[in-house]
Amino acid sequence: MVQPLLELRGVNKSFGVVHVLHDVDFAVYPGQVTALVGDNGAGKSTLVKIIAGIYGRDSGDYFFDGNKVEVHGPRDVAGLGVEVVYQDLALCDNLDIVQNMFLGREEKKGVGLDEITMESRARETLASLSVRTVKSVRQSVASLSGGQRQTVAIAKAVLWNSKVVLLDEPTAALGVAQTRQVLDLVRRLADRGLGVVLISHNMGDVLEVADRITALYLGRVAADVSAKDVTHSQIVELITAGRSGDLGIAENPLTADV
Amino acid sequence: MTTDTDTPSAPSPAPSGFDSDNAQAATIRDSAREYRDRLRGGDMGSLPAILGLVFLFIVFSSLNDKFLTTYNMANLVIQSGSIIVLAMGIVFVLLLGEIDLSAGVAGGACATIIALMLIDYDWTWWAATLAGVAAGALIGLAIGSLVAFLGIPSFVVTLAFFLALQAIPLKLIGSGGSLRFNDEVLRGLSIKNVPVTAGWIAAILIVVVFAALSMWNYRTLSAKGLVHKPLGLVIIRIVVLGAIVLGVTALLSANRAPNPALFNISGIPWVLPVVVVLLLFWTFILGRTRFGRHLYAVGGNAEAARRAGISVNRVKITGFIICSSMAALSGLLAASYTGKVSPGSGGGNELLYAVGAAVIGGTSLFGGRGRAIDAVIGGLVIATIPNGLGLLNQASYINFLVTGGVLLLAASVDAISRRRRSSAGV
Repeated sequence: MVQPLLELRGVNKSFGVVHVLHDVDFAVYPGQVTALVGDNGAGKSTLVKIIAGIYGRDSGDYFFDGNKVEVHGPRDVAGLGVEVVYQDLALCDNLDIVQNMFLGREEKKGVGLDEITMESRARETLASLSVRTVKSVRQSVASLSGGQRQTVAIAKAVLWNSKVVLLDEPTAALGVAQTRQVLDLVRRLADRGLGVVLISHNMGDVLEVADRITALYLGRVAADVSAKDVTHSQIVELITAGRSGDLGIAENPLTADV
Repeated sequence: MTTDTDTPSAPSPAPSGFDSDNAQAATIRDSAREYRDRLRGGDMGSLPAILGLVFLFIVFSSLNDKFLTTYNMANLVIQSGSIIVLAMGIVFVLLLGEIDLSAGVAGGACATIIALMLIDYDWTWWAATLAGVAAGALIGLAIGSLVAFLGIPSFVVTLAFFLALQAIPLKLIGSGGSLRFNDEVLRGLSIKNVPVTAGWIAAILIVVVFAALSMWNYRTLSAKGLVHKPLGLVIIRIVVLGAIVLGVTALLSANRAPNPALFNISGIPWVLPVVVVLLLFWTFILGRTRFGRHLYAVGGNAEAARRAGISVNRVKITGFIICSSMAALSGLLAASYTGKVSPGSGGGNELLYAVGAAVIGGTSLFGGRGRAIDAVIGGLVIATIPNGLGLLNQASYINFLVTGGVLLLAASVDAISRRRRSSAGV
């Protein structure tokens, strides 16, 4: 098996008395789409925020490219080449596409901004992702459709030669055609050799693009399987009950002695 | 548009994916259509203010033949100076989606400090001005820190500062007193004029530099196949700017003395170059620097800015510092105009006029939208109302009613256009 690009081992996280993550292991491989599934409250968002460096870990190790790394905040994580595309997109409506893609990392020329370089690079990135749906890179983001906004958010993550991209519910608010575009884009990201994490509630999407599936159940990893080895109903059982046949957590963690 | 005969040929297409990109703004007609769509979508910019200004000019000039005299126009320039500068500062906090109710009295307090430095300590004008601006920056730092770190709504923080800052001039001057403000240079900002030749040279320089930069920008962008305005529009902009700059210069260079045989009053009042320099400086900061971009980002979506690694608190505090520093300059201009500083300076309508000016000019009360030029256009509208009504010998209550009405109108336009924007998605 190839070495994971990003790996968490034995991660625990509590908020006060609530133990949210129990010894979670999670790995992202280059060129693969890893789906992170789980019911509401299973700990998906917490795990993503730990990967993104927004939350610290109570225990457990963070590996990148096989090396143990210390991350102390979102900047460290971005420095490693890990980008997170959040569900609420984090785009500024009043800025245009180029301005959003370079937000916080603007290119400078002397004291001013280097708009020419930024626009050229934004175009290159969008073109390399075969994005053809936006009319102009100088359009304000407010005028874009949901799918286009998602595309811009993903392109923003790719612009920085990132190695791992985490997508939090990228298709949740999209129509059929737009979902198609975004899923194609997700696949292209993986084909470029990036490690892609897809967090989704939509099993259709997951089975379509994911190579691996990690199911969380009440803060534990219920299964970490290859997508072609499981069926739709097995994933649903893993999400809702934590196990499915011989897959999953052996005992019900609610009743087991932890 | 009748001038689309000089439509440039469409430049070479972009690498890929944006075939419609260059074509989109390749002709003036397309640009006009795009602009109309933006207006329909609720993105009015400064258009209501410009129309309002034209309307006021037509009304006042038809009611009183003194209104359009060069003497009165020069007066208007001098009167609008302090409102415009204050409004320019307010634009920065409005861009953040915040408000600074204390800017007016901050200006009064800083003007008091400047006057005291001049009178009691015999400082030269620039040192005194620097002290006043530093005091303003300190006030802004305090307000910004309270808003950013404690999370108190800026409305409340600045209301507290509005009350507390009135104590400074009262303590320093004493109730009922006033400080004369007759420094050669600072008072001269309002009562002296730029030599006519120097004024013309500066005006021509501005037009030439603007034209050169616009053309250079156009050529670079079109050569690289990036998004750019059509050549015709670039030329129209240069012509319009040239007409305004040279027209105003010509107007103010004429002898405007009421009795031209006896006196010669001509040249641009020194206030105007001060405003122009501030306008150019802040336009550059807002449009072309990283800080400016971050200011818009924080005003548009603070959470997005934070996730992009922008220090939201630092941007906010800097915005308040700029606002209060500009308020200090505005207080200076107001003192220069009246020739004195009294304990009530800046405590009147100054602030609401300035907020009104910014909003009328097209800066949104909801954050994320606005430019430095908005303050200039809106400030002219606000200053024109008392100027014109004064010539009509109207009771001053009318002045309050009209100004209040205009402010309400501007805020309504802002709110409605915001709603249309969110539905039209422009």
